[in-house]
Amino acid sequence: MQLPLERGPLSAGVIDALSGRADLDGDRLVALVHDLPEHVDPTTDDDFHVALWVAYELHYLGFEDVAESWEWDPELIRVRRELESVFEAELRRRTADQVRRALEADGDVASRLFDLTEAFDGPSLARFIQREATREQFLEFMVHRSIYHLKESDPASWVIPRITGKPKAALVELQYDEYGAGRPDRLHATMFGDALEACGLDREYGGYIDQVPGYTLASNNAMSLLGLNRRLRAAAMGHLGAFEATSSLPCRRFAGAIRRLGLDEKAAEYFDEHVEADAVHEQLALRDICAALVDQEPTLLTDVFFGAAVCLSRDVVTAEQMLSAWQRGESTLRAVDAEAVA
Amino acid sequence: MRSAPQPVPRAPEPVVAGTREIEVTPCPNGPLLVRGADAVRDADGRAHQVTRPVVAVCACDKSQRLPWCDGTHKVIPRK
Repeated sequence: MQLPLERGPLSAGVIDALSGRADLDGDRLVALVHDLPEHVDPTTDDDFHVALWVAYELHYLGFEDVAESWEWDPELIRVRRELESVFEAELRRRTADQVRRALEADGDVASRLFDLTEAFDGPSLARFIQREATREQFLEFMVHRSIYHLKESDPASWVIPRITGKPKAALVELQYDEYGAGRPDRLHATMFGDALEACGLDREYGGYIDQVPGYTLASNNAMSLLGLNRRLRAAAMGHLGAFEATSSLPCRRFAGAIRRLGLDEKAAEYFDEHVEADAVHEQLALRDICAALVDQEPTLLTDVFFGAAVCLSRDVVTAEQMLSAWQRGESTLRAVDAEAVA
Repeated sequence: MRSAPQPVPRAPEPVVAGTREIEVTPCPNGPLLVRGADAVRDADGRAHQVTRPVVAVCACDKSQRLPWCDGTHKVIPRK
């Protein structure tokens, strides 16, 4: 994968350093993040989230022509931590009410998590896509989704060595299914690649980074934030649980949209698979992972709810942003200047 | 155990070829999680092959992908 295009001073500072065009000026970047102007929203900003996404991607598949040693470069880690702390603080602030209500609610952990998934009000992206989206809008949706689904489940895998016993066994059971249960062609990331190809889209990992807006990168960065920090392991599992518990029914709608629009049936297979898989995974994730983790360590309860609320609140942001752009008759993707790429 | 099942589910029948133990875990207001089965027979006697480590078998009888759970139980009002 190539490094993405910069979108402002933060991403330029990181990308220029990784590409060898300039030295990394950690002090300057940390100060920029620390003194973010009032109007910059650290949960959706383009520049902020390209910078953070690049820093995280060094821990996944990395970039062509970028030294692999950057992954643990102390100066870059310092910049990443500043981005993370501002991002996390804002996510905590925005989910505080829902987390508090879940903590005060009655019932076992799993049922409170299921209830939490119903507590977020927002427009239904899945319903719009099922019933009304044009072919072009559906393809845009696939492009947004590609950023996560081409590395589907990877952020949760960071947690495996950080937990023990029952929740660990359940997490591995879930991930084994996500990773195709021994069949490479059934790796969910590969199946999504097949679906992209069936839609005439690019299946290359990271192929659409420059086109997707900050809010889509931010949703991905939230998963890496929770997955890569051991202290946030319970939030990572709460996120996984909420993600799985809000997947089966929307996936049925997405498969319906593919058939309504007359797109290649192969593209629907991915979503059909997820209707069934995620009906299993939501039970595993909420009962055998999240609830079991809290049984072992009761102090993790708040973070399980926090992680779930992060997932659900990101879905609301995505739905609002995409639907409002479409209502204005605009594309949800960024136009990329061909010259800038070359 | 499940409180208030909708119309009594026709018990799905996990099938195993060898001597493995089959583990069936009912989820409150949800499906049955089945581990260790090779196939699950539906109400008409047709065997559906198990292709994942754990399967969720529909217990509300409202799934559109029987015998598998598809999450439909969540949109049925609980009693």
